[in-house]
Amino acid sequence: MKTLSPGTAGRAAALPRGQQKKTPIDRELRRKWKTTLLAWGVLLPSLLFLGTFTIYPILSSLIKSFYKDDLATVIPRFIGLQNYTGLLNDPIFAKSFFNNLLVAVCTVPTSIALAVAMAVFTNKVIAGKGIVRTAFFYPTILPMVAVANIWLFIYTPIYGLASYLNPAWRILGNPDTAIWGLIVMLNWKQAGYLMIFYLSGLQGIPSELYEAAMIDGSGPLQTFRNITWPMLQPTTLYITIIALTNAYKTVDHLYIMTKGGPNNSTNMLLFYIYQVGFDFWDTGKASAMTIVLIVLLLTATCVYFFTQDKKTFYN
Amino acid sequence: MKKTLSAILAAAMCCTLVLAGCSQTSPAPGSGTASGAGSDKVIELDMYFPVSVGGGPDAIISGLCDQFHSEYPGIKVNPVYAGTYAETRTKVLSAIKSGDTPAIALMFSIDLHSLLSMDVLYDYDQFCKTDEDKTWLNGFYDGFMENSRTGGKTYGIPWQRSTIILYYNKDAFKEAGLDPEAPPANWQELKDYAKKLTKTENGTTTRYGIQIPSDKAGYAYWMLQTFCNQENGFNLMNEDGDEVYFNDPRTIKGLEFWKSLSDDGSQPAGTSAWSTTPTDFIEQRAAMIYHTTGNLTNIRKNAKFDFGTAMLPADESRGSPTGGGNFYLFKGVPEEETQAAYTFIKWMTGDPDRVAQWSIDTGYVATRPEAYETDLLKNYAKDFPQALTARDQLEYAHAEFSVYDQGNVQDILDTAIEAVMTRQMSAADAMAQAQDKADGILKQYK
Amino acid sequence: MKKNTGVHLTPGRLFVYVLMCLLAVIYLIPLLWMVRTAFIPSGLALQPFAFAWPTFGNLEHILNVAPFSLYYANTIFIVFCTLAVQFVLITLAGYVFARLDFFGSRVLFVLFLTQLMISPDVLILPNYQLMQRLNLVNTRAGVMLPFFASAMGTFFMRQSIKTIPYELEEAAKMDGCGLLRMLVQIYVPLLKPAYAAFGLISVSFHWNDFLWPLVMINSVGKRPLTLGLAIFAMSSETGAQWSDVCAATFLVVCPLLILFFVFQQQFVESFIHSGIK
Repeated sequence: MKTLSPGTAGRAAALPRGQQKKTPIDRELRRKWKTTLLAWGVLLPSLLFLGTFTIYPILSSLIKSFYKDDLATVIPRFIGLQNYTGLLNDPIFAKSFFNNLLVAVCTVPTSIALAVAMAVFTNKVIAGKGIVRTAFFYPTILPMVAVANIWLFIYTPIYGLASYLNPAWRILGNPDTAIWGLIVMLNWKQAGYLMIFYLSGLQGIPSELYEAAMIDGSGPLQTFRNITWPMLQPTTLYITIIALTNAYKTVDHLYIMTKGGPNNSTNMLLFYIYQVGFDFWDTGKASAMTIVLIVLLLTATCVYFFTQDKKTFYN
Repeated sequence: MKKTLSAILAAAMCCTLVLAGCSQTSPAPGSGTASGAGSDKVIELDMYFPVSVGGGPDAIISGLCDQFHSEYPGIKVNPVYAGTYAETRTKVLSAIKSGDTPAIALMFSIDLHSLLSMDVLYDYDQFCKTDEDKTWLNGFYDGFMENSRTGGKTYGIPWQRSTIILYYNKDAFKEAGLDPEAPPANWQELKDYAKKLTKTENGTTTRYGIQIPSDKAGYAYWMLQTFCNQENGFNLMNEDGDEVYFNDPRTIKGLEFWKSLSDDGSQPAGTSAWSTTPTDFIEQRAAMIYHTTGNLTNIRKNAKFDFGTAMLPADESRGSPTGGGNFYLFKGVPEEETQAAYTFIKWMTGDPDRVAQWSIDTGYVATRPEAYETDLLKNYAKDFPQALTARDQLEYAHAEFSVYDQGNVQDILDTAIEAVMTRQMSAADAMAQAQDKADGILKQYK
Repeated sequence: MKKNTGVHLTPGRLFVYVLMCLLAVIYLIPLLWMVRTAFIPSGLALQPFAFAWPTFGNLEHILNVAPFSLYYANTIFIVFCTLAVQFVLITLAGYVFARLDFFGSRVLFVLFLTQLMISPDVLILPNYQLMQRLNLVNTRAGVMLPFFASAMGTFFMRQSIKTIPYELEEAAKMDGCGLLRMLVQIYVPLLKPAYAAFGLISVSFHWNDFLWPLVMINSVGKRPLTLGLAIFAMSSETGAQWSDVCAATFLVVCPLLILFFVFQQQFVESFIHSGIK
């Protein structure tokens, strides 16, 4: 909890030590160089992995995205921005892009609302708290592949549970409903995970605030609106970014449930990258899409980062 | 400070060691396949194979590999079940691209052109030197060789091959007042019967008259081919695999007929899944289905009613594409492995009894005429004449859809079919669009 | 119903209580449905209200047709090797960012931030090509490597280390402790809750990861559970084997669920108190 971490304390404590000896500035500088050497040394293994498997792949995607490299091309050749302009004319790419947005818009607020409700509810001392909390949280720990199997069965026309609600439903066979079926499932899977962050956030709200509210005769809804929700603001911001990036990364279920169909109505960017890169072997196009996805993720996170109090990170 | 630095270095070393340990536990690719245990050298081959039907063919293939090993102790074939045909293609291509080429694989017959364009296939003719070898190579049904041969050379050996047949529920036929021994013979009858067989209770359909799978995860393009083939043998592509005829009036006519079955309400609206269609038939939720003959044994085991099989209803002619998997030999592996793989393939496909047994166990068509002369298959067909439908239909069989860059072009066609079946586009528009896209890809191969 | 001091049971509260319990029940339905189907004789699987004594036939059958124990071993190996390396690296890196004032700290910090935003699971294609060049396709090491450095874990450790009073470190330095010894003796014991929480996140991520192993692993013997399960589910293409698929799914999630049910209090509590924002 950042309220508990006076991050500057360490550095503040370190500085007087140097000043006590009243060393000249160049000795202080040498000292810092030494620390720098140590720090880089300690970070070296992490940097190595980070550089090799995150930074380098990003750069190599960028370079490959300017080349034509598919099954028909024996030696990749430079084609400038053609892969990107090709994407603009690719309706499946547009569809996947739109689906990603739709899933983000429909899962982020919903699962946040669910998560807050769950957290506020299970945070109170009530009978059966453990069971209820477990019920909400368990979908989180199941592999997406397993979840997809279960829900595929639920959605199966005629035999699935959903068909007992309405026998005419063919949820995954209909391009208008398929994505909604997946969105319901994603909310179910994700809300419990977000609940944990809110539970953590609730611990950080001083109980005096609630006592004061009670003395003022504030009702539960009012208390929530005036105290709980504003106090959870940092958590909400953080969770928004988690949920948002999840919406772009979660595609395992497509492999099991729809393969992106029917008629690409459930396709998503990352899954389309998988299809283009590993089924159709169009490396150039898949690289260009990887870059687009990276830019999207970066934008999302940057927006968060700059709206958020930077001290959270730098302190 | 120096102490700390060296400590850090030690820590970094530890990480590296852990790493090295990890990579040691998994042998490097390439080395794993050829290394034999013990002093007797055993050539080990990983063989990727797909399964697309029920009835446990994966277990049968494992059993056959074991039997082969006991007869040829020097060769061990490890079957690697890799999912559907498309997933097997993905896996094999990725293995080849990462320099871990398998000596042998059982793959979609229609991957031929894509594999040829990558120049990774051996032709079988160069291995067939003796007369016995040549008899073996020439002993398969011509219908199946259409997808196995090109430019006068044979690149695939038929194994799990099929055609599409009509399965129908005889009990439902009786119930609807239809003759259970007279399945629909043409499109009009199919349409009429399907309507009669559809049962509705309280506004919801409890049994559809007909169900023809149309999802991308299944084989939508294959089902579309049936309707095309039935128009005097018209097919969706040329023999060289560099031209497609999606926007041909005959393709559009076939697709429109297929969709009209849904418009009548006698086929489920939207797409129907390849995987649940046999279940729907077994559970009597669909009175007639189109499916691969490879599902025959599964349906026979699980259907609790009297069912029949028939050749597909005709339009101007009868017709059905063949389908299924061939054995391929890949370049770029040690010669001894190729020889071992060749031995295995000949063993699997050369013995009429073995081919007959495989057909009985799964429902796939026995790939050699002589297999139908075995006592094994003769006796089986006596009790279960349905087993012969697919073979009889071979006479009207055509090549399965096979082009360059198969994965991509097939996906374009499947997507278009889905768009039509889910009423998002008209057949003409969807096919015109698909034609444009496919042309854009295929022009590179001309 | 137990009441919190000063909280009265109003109709409104009762309504919320019932509503949330209902939601909990809805949440449990998929699990119960899956377990039911896993243990019902396969012939009855498609009739939702059929009743039969549970059978182990489905489980036995799938254990015979697919090497799930091998899949288990692979998953456990991958998950715990990754976690072990991550623990070492995030402790070191977390400490550096929390305590040391050095040149380039901002640049490196941003570098780490990059991975927080673009995790390796998005980079399947370039990472796969890299693995091809390193000859690591179809190895478990290849599956693990991209995840050894964890930006999230590093930030997590950094935040946690900052909550530990600096005086402790000073005292250790006075005693002539080296950096490693100081980390091991002072910080590691105090960071236990943080390790537990990060461990949970990491284990559940890698236990469940699918797309990356899917493209990386070719051999049956190296498949992790998720991949084995997915391919098994695909093999029942005829769809008639829902009971098998559910039994396999059950087999995969069962240990996780048991672990979770037994330790759920500790899990959730350590999560809540570990200082995740």
